Amino acid sequence: MNQSEFLNTVLPFKDKLYRLAKRLLVSREEAEDATQEIIMKLWTNNAKMSSYNNVEAFAMTMTKNYCLDRLKSKQANNLKLVHSNYKDENTSLQKSIEVKDSVSWMERIMENLPEQQRLVLQLRDIEQYEYDEIEKMLDMKPTAIRVTLSRARKAVREELLKKHNYGIS
Amino acid sequence: MELVKHIETLLEKYFEAATSIREEEELKAYFSGDEVAPHLEEYRPLFNYFSVAQEETYSKEIPLKPATSRGYLKWISVAAAVAVTMGIFFDQQSSPSLEEQYTQEEIRSAQLALSMFSKNFSKGTDGLSYLTEFEKNTNKFLTNEK
Repeated sequence: MNQSEFLNTVLPFKDKLYRLAKRLLVSREEAEDATQEIIMKLWTNNAKMSSYNNVEAFAMTMTKNYCLDRLKSKQANNLKLVHSNYKDENTSLQKSIEVKDSVSWMERIMENLPEQQRLVLQLRDIEQYEYDEIEKMLDMKPTAIRVTLSRARKAVREELLKKHNYGIS
Repeated sequence: MELVKHIETLLEKYFEAATSIREEEELKAYFSGDEVAPHLEEYRPLFNYFSVAQEETYSKEIPLKPATSRGYLKWISVAAAVAVTMGIFFDQQSSPSLEEQYTQEEIRSAQLALSMFSKNFSKGTDGLSYLTEFEKNTNKFLTNEK
């Protein structure tokens, strides 16, 4: 596989790798480094790449494992920086402020979820993968995925309701 | 009203993780619109967030060149290792060729010359052995001084 072929296969899902890394590592710099590292790893192994039947799922699994390793190492614990760099086009100022506020709220709620729940929520609700794809990526049983996902969604809902009620009273 | 009912059932399914991708899309579309029922307002940030988070992109460049040069370096190190082992190998091979280069006569005469040299050399060192005696005596003086 030459360079342009490699880029053609990898570029379509590089953002997904990055978002997954950011979900787990929180810091933008860390996530960027992780994404770069994963792509480099893929590139050095690109001879084997054609034998993988699903490069994207494989790369997602690699990213997940890499990030979890990073989290385990103390090094990463010192580097928890929170960044929110969102651009909202075509929304009015008032609305965009509201959206930004709620986005940072959601961001904080997501950060407090356990890693497994974060992973599943990221893959399903943000990247919109089908369950069988998530199964392959996380090496989990379908029922386990559904249970984790349901728990994650409910946990987020609970936090949101708390916030909503504070807002009223 | 129909729509709200529908959304409510979808939400229920959503929290049990029983919705399909298309139903989840439907929820997202509903909550990104302006007509969200007041009692469902609290879910708006959730679905909005998913849409926003989806748009985040990895903007850094992908440096593929270093990967290739790293492989290049690896091969250079392999070549260097091969060169060094070859060097040692040929160096060792060249030493036994001494007997081939010189005749038996020449070697013998060289050995003779070397043994004469060493004999004379050891004679010289024997002469120097008196010096150790001298050193003994000076050491005596030095210890006495203390």
